[in-house]
Amino acid sequence: MTTTNESARPGTRPALRVTDAVVSYGAGRPALRRAYLNVAAGETVAVLGANGSGKSTLIRTALGLVPLVSGSVTLFGTPLRQFRDWKKIGYVPQRIGASGGVPATVREVVAAGRLARRGLFRPASAVDRGAVDAAIAAVGLTRKAGVPVATLSGGQQQRTLIARALAGEPELLVLDEPTVGVDVASQQKFADALRRFRHDGGTVVVVTHELGLLEPLIDRAVVLHHGEVMHDGAVPVSSQIHRTPDQVHPHAPGDQAWLPPHGEVVRSRQP
Amino acid sequence: MTLLAYDFLRNALIGALLIGLIAPAVGVYLVQRRMSLIGDGIGHIALTGVAIGFLTKTSPVLTAVIVAAVGAASIELLRGHGRLSGDIALALLFYGGIAGGVLLIGLAGDRSNANLLSYLFGSLLTTSDQDLIVIAVLSTVVLVVTVGARPWLFAVCQDEEYARVAGLPVRVLNLTLAVTAAVTVTVAMRAVGLLLVSALMVVPVATAQQVTRGFVSTMATGMALGVGYAGAGVYLSFTLDVAPGAAIVVLGLAAFVTVAVLAAVTGRWRRSRAGTVAEASDG
Repeated sequence: MTTTNESARPGTRPALRVTDAVVSYGAGRPALRRAYLNVAAGETVAVLGANGSGKSTLIRTALGLVPLVSGSVTLFGTPLRQFRDWKKIGYVPQRIGASGGVPATVREVVAAGRLARRGLFRPASAVDRGAVDAAIAAVGLTRKAGVPVATLSGGQQQRTLIARALAGEPELLVLDEPTVGVDVASQQKFADALRRFRHDGGTVVVVTHELGLLEPLIDRAVVLHHGEVMHDGAVPVSSQIHRTPDQVHPHAPGDQAWLPPHGEVVRSRQP
Repeated sequence: MTLLAYDFLRNALIGALLIGLIAPAVGVYLVQRRMSLIGDGIGHIALTGVAIGFLTKTSPVLTAVIVAAVGAASIELLRGHGRLSGDIALALLFYGGIAGGVLLIGLAGDRSNANLLSYLFGSLLTTSDQDLIVIAVLSTVVLVVTVGARPWLFAVCQDEEYARVAGLPVRVLNLTLAVTAAVTVTVAMRAVGLLLVSALMVVPVATAQQVTRGFVSTMATGMALGVGYAGAGVYLSFTLDVAPGAAIVVLGLAAFVTVAVLAAVTGRWRRSRAGTVAEASDG
């Protein structure tokens, strides 16, 4: 195991810290085995790994959606159990899984992201409405604002979810496989939105098995394999992981891009 | 209007219109969550509440509200802890509620047995002034919750995990929705009966969403349709001398089928027109 990279930008405060996380879904092999993740404010960190490596479980654990068997999580220096400042966090789930039986427009879904800042049962102010409009514009969906989400393409649906997270003006964005099945045009809009968020001082954790167009934005990569951290450092050069570099293609379905060959530990380019 | 000259008809109409308004307002969240049948489950539990009312010689509506609310809340808590799948929860509600109700009514004696039918199939025409006040008060409460807390309830029903990470009080909102649904079911049992309550919550929403594009428009259209069905149903039941509950629900289903057919036909027409336009521009 490489040493934890706690200070990618020395002097910054921690945004997210997962320590020695063990998670198990019932009997069988644990989903996480003493996994860790440290993200400083202002960093953009990629969590990489093949399907079933535990990378989604790791961030879902960090957000309190999956219970820990052992280990600990702190958000902005506060233990998860005591953390109440959820408006600082923007979560982008894998897909609109819970899209219900009733149609909902892009604007309605994005507006739900503003509730964290709005306060319970307080009517939406002009500032709230402005933030929702800005978030929709940031992902290039202004012209689709009144369209039912279910009729959009996969990429546009993903952008809707990102706009929902941005509408709450978070400090930390957590994205779970944001580019799966997303067309290149949407990926580009998505990368642009992320670049702006990062430029404005935002912290980003992105879970993916293929970086695609996001690669230039990433400060640091954490690679998971069978629930353990195999690498924490620079973004692995694809040729170190793959014998055939052309396998790293933004659209290769079921791409196993970040699976270390035969469980071999990938070494960082950094010392 | 001659119809309104009769007090009992006026009460029946006002009661039905109120119920037609609130049932889809709650139903839209249940449909959103793909739990359309939960209203039926709560209705079955309410039957046990009605029986307790007979047995203890208190108001069956009051005991039904309490028992239905407690039942709905405990199902929600079990669901929230992941201890119970949705359809097992429904099964428990259905069988437990009906069996408990029939058992207790048996204990309460013969007269209640005849009375039971009016709760199973509705007894709108016996709505007294006092009943009407209870319906109006409870309807107001349901409207305040479903319309006032709409953004929060929508967020929880649309994506519960996201709502949790956004720091919304997910459990409180879920319990509020469950109790509101229970209150609606008990109020609506006067109009359409416990066996048809769920129809009034679900059918207007199902009809509305075939033509609407968003959640708010679906909710508003569903509520308007609910009021329309209720009014037309009461009129129909008076002129044809049939049960108002059944008339309201049959009207709703007929409207659903009509809209579904129209939507399919215009959709095909639009698609084929788009196809010809595309072909023309190709050439």
